[in-house]
Amino acid sequence: MGKKIKVLIAKPGLDGHDRGAKVVAMALRDAGMEVIYTGLRQSPEDIAKAALQEDVDVIGLSILSGAHMKLCPRVLEFMKQYGIGEKPVFVGGIIPEDDALELKKMGIFEVFGPGTSLEKIIDSMRKIVK
Amino acid sequence: MTELSLEKLKAEDVKEISKALTIIENDPIEAKKIVGALDEKDYCVIGLTGSPGSGKSTLTDRLASLFSLKEKIGIIAVDPSSPFTGGAFLGDRIRMKRTSRNDNVYIRSMASRGKLGGLSPSIYNAVELLGRCGFKKVFVETVGAGQSETDIANLADIVLLVLAPGLGDEIQMLKAGIMEIGDIYVVNKMDIEGASRLKSRIEAVLDFSNHRKDVILTDGIKGTNLEELARLIEKELQFLKESGKIDEKRKKRKRFNKLNTVFQELKELPDEAIDRLVEELKKLTGGR
Repeated sequence: MGKKIKVLIAKPGLDGHDRGAKVVAMALRDAGMEVIYTGLRQSPEDIAKAALQEDVDVIGLSILSGAHMKLCPRVLEFMKQYGIGEKPVFVGGIIPEDDALELKKMGIFEVFGPGTSLEKIIDSMRKIVK
Repeated sequence: MTELSLEKLKAEDVKEISKALTIIENDPIEAKKIVGALDEKDYCVIGLTGSPGSGKSTLTDRLASLFSLKEKIGIIAVDPSSPFTGGAFLGDRIRMKRTSRNDNVYIRSMASRGKLGGLSPSIYNAVELLGRCGFKKVFVETVGAGQSETDIANLADIVLLVLAPGLGDEIQMLKAGIMEIGDIYVVNKMDIEGASRLKSRIEAVLDFSNHRKDVILTDGIKGTNLEELARLIEKELQFLKESGKIDEKRKKRKRFNKLNTVFQELKELPDEAIDRLVEELKKLTGGR
């Protein structure tokens, strides 16, 4: 059987735009990964808890609400609290460049803006899990 | 055992349980060792099966929420793996928002990984691990099942067959397979037209075979009749315990766990080894 890459795709906060999250989830599925999708309007704590219970390798947050500077640190905080601070977190969405830099300083592993190719996302996840 | 703390597992630490389940999913031989290192405990397995979209996840969420008031509940929700890429989209958690915040409930999604029958290859060990880590009831939700995904009947103490109106006439209920394996028949989405009719048809078919089984109407979204369903589950468990039938179920579960593990291990063997085994088997079965 061997090891499969497990990914959690989550949408934190009050943001109903889930097409991006679904497209990415499908692409990762088609790349042979096991993708857990938790649906809309999750609190940072819900997301950290799901990541803990599912023991995923990677967490992907999709945020198009503009609240990324508030939501991302909260997710990271709860992950630390649950003892899974070491898991890599990717963020996708409408994120201004300056914010992306800040997020990376905070501990977000990578930020994918609009127009990022699915191949790039898949490759980044494969690389980090290995 | 790879970077797993037995002490923490015994202390029912969630992170350690999660890590153990990952190992169990990936390595059947390690799986046996991990489960074997923990003490056996008394727990029940409740299976939910039925067609895709009949409401299994929502009902699981509701039931887990009710039972979690008095005991620790584990949930394993299986969704299909792609036969082409091996990937999977696991979406049962979306319907489990009621319990995802509940500290007394542990939810784990699992891909079927090429196993037919509605479950995943590692399901027996996964369920046993949860049982030995203090979860008193383990709910197992199968992939959306068609007619012959009946493996859950070997694993669970009680099977809930979840049906929804609009999916076929009485002839479908007479067919062998999934329609036979329910211990409790749940007609979900009772707000949709045809639900009561479906209930009476199931009752009529059950009457043919003289099986006294409960049929109940529910609405998973609103929670209608969920307490009654929980009561039926407890009643059935009580019956299994008092009649001693639970021991048969446990024996069956152990046997299928063993068979399943053997099959997992066989799959890893080279052809020559399989040939040798076939020869040995002939001796055991008297040359057949």
